[in-house]
Amino acid sequence: MGDQLMNWILAVIQTVLFVALSPLLAGWLKCCKCRLQNRKSPSLFQPYKDLIKLTKKQPVVAAQASWLFTISPYIIFSATVLAATVVPLVAVDLPTSASADVIVMVGFFAFARFFLALAGLDIGTAFGGMGSSREMTISSLAEPAMLMAIFTLTMTASTTNLSVAIGHVVNDGLVLRPSFVFALFALILVAIAETGRVPVDNPATHLELTMIHEAMILEYSGRHLALIEWASQLKLMLYGVLIANIFFPWGIAESFTAPALAYGLLAITGKLALLGLLLALSETLLAKMRLFRVQEYLGFAYLLGLLGMLSHIILEAAR
Amino acid sequence: MNIEQLDFYKQAILSLAAFVGLTSFLMLGQGRLLRLIFVFALQGFLLTLTAALAAYSLSNPHLYISVVLTLALKVIFIPWMLRRQVLRMNLHRDVEALNNNTLVMLGGASLMVFSYYVLHPIVQTSSAVMLNALAVSLSVVLLGMLLMISHRQAVAHVVGFMSIENGLFFSAIVATNGMPMVVELGVAFDVLVAAVLFGIFFLHIRTSIDSLDVDRLNRLHEVDDQRAEERKNPSAAVRRLSSGYEVEP
Repeated sequence: MGDQLMNWILAVIQTVLFVALSPLLAGWLKCCKCRLQNRKSPSLFQPYKDLIKLTKKQPVVAAQASWLFTISPYIIFSATVLAATVVPLVAVDLPTSASADVIVMVGFFAFARFFLALAGLDIGTAFGGMGSSREMTISSLAEPAMLMAIFTLTMTASTTNLSVAIGHVVNDGLVLRPSFVFALFALILVAIAETGRVPVDNPATHLELTMIHEAMILEYSGRHLALIEWASQLKLMLYGVLIANIFFPWGIAESFTAPALAYGLLAITGKLALLGLLLALSETLLAKMRLFRVQEYLGFAYLLGLLGMLSHIILEAAR
Repeated sequence: MNIEQLDFYKQAILSLAAFVGLTSFLMLGQGRLLRLIFVFALQGFLLTLTAALAAYSLSNPHLYISVVLTLALKVIFIPWMLRRQVLRMNLHRDVEALNNNTLVMLGGASLMVFSYYVLHPIVQTSSAVMLNALAVSLSVVLLGMLLMISHRQAVAHVVGFMSIENGLFFSAIVATNGMPMVVELGVAFDVLVAAVLFGIFFLHIRTSIDSLDVDRLNRLHEVDDQRAEERKNPSAAVRRLSSGYEVEP
């Protein structure tokens, strides 16, 4: 009984860590990007300061906004936090990740996105509707690709539960699997598209005709905006942790002892810092592509996911 | 036998096999000729790596000869020659508009499923681990054919043809630990001669239809050519009408 309680406390702590550390990842990303572009970077904790500043400000809501507009930030934020409970950050086999599998996580993302798109449409401005329609177009193409990549993992581990699957990968040791290489690249491409990073969307600009995510949240201000921004930082971190922990799970805590947990925390911090550096590098090197080429990009991600699954069936099949 | 129980070399060979399949897909979606040739060279390079690993891990020293042959021919010589011809004919700036690119890609994926389905009974009866990659090699052959069907440039057709040969070489490695040396040498020289012949053929197509776009071969009449010319540049029509020896109906 005491053990069970302890596990639940650990699960809650892990989720809190997720939520608390996600602005730090965004700050680190910004730092790396500024350094790479020969600019002076803001402090690593700038996203926290921004969030606090936004929370203190009074939110301004348009006169014709319905209840949907004001309630959406809360729904989006809580759905993303719930998705974060499913993903193992520091340790596997926590009770929250046992209760839901990876398809539920994708479902939470879809739920949050649905409300974000509705909120963008709610005010009735041109930018909101445009952003919503683009977001839905991109996500309808990205979601199958992501599920393909994840199915590759679940077929290898024969489970859709993330923490069991990650445990399976850890226990197998270093195995060179062609399917995982494809799934990794597919998931990276999807993560870039879904979190609105550079080749697909530019997170740094407002008021640009090609923006997607920023177009939907243009009407938000104050604490509503803070919640939405926090949720998108959380989403970025979620994708980072998914990539790091599925494909490079070494270091994750399998027992709930203090040294193992500390080592797990250290490992995931290092992996995320490295991933952030790589993302900043790719954002510096690549230019944003035309909106009409996004479907080719996501088609390629889907193809990679499909090839991953096929090479799992063809090359890695047990005989 | 699962992949976890194999030794590292076999895992590496299977992974490289998957990448050879990927390069076939990359060629399928490539509209620029120079990049297409580069991906073709990459496929050849992956193939040589696979063959070298297979030669080492299965201790088949005679495979090293085919490794050297492939490296010299398909990674260096043929891509170099194709590249030189593309540059000489000034085709490197053309971007071929691939219509139905997504459809072709999905067609390619279904070809891969098809080759798996066809070869499944054969693979099941054998215990050789490398035989798993046989389906990939068959799909490289089929994807090479699809490349020839879906692209319009004659150079792309040649690349498709050569990648079919890549697939056959690959299947020879995984299924039988390499062909007999005589066959190997024969095929290599065939490919070499084919590459040279194709070069001459390019020149002929180019001098007769002034382009390497194979779709233009469908038009037989000179009239068609003239009309197409006029659509592009109306002043030609004015010149023809004013010269007076043909009256427009």
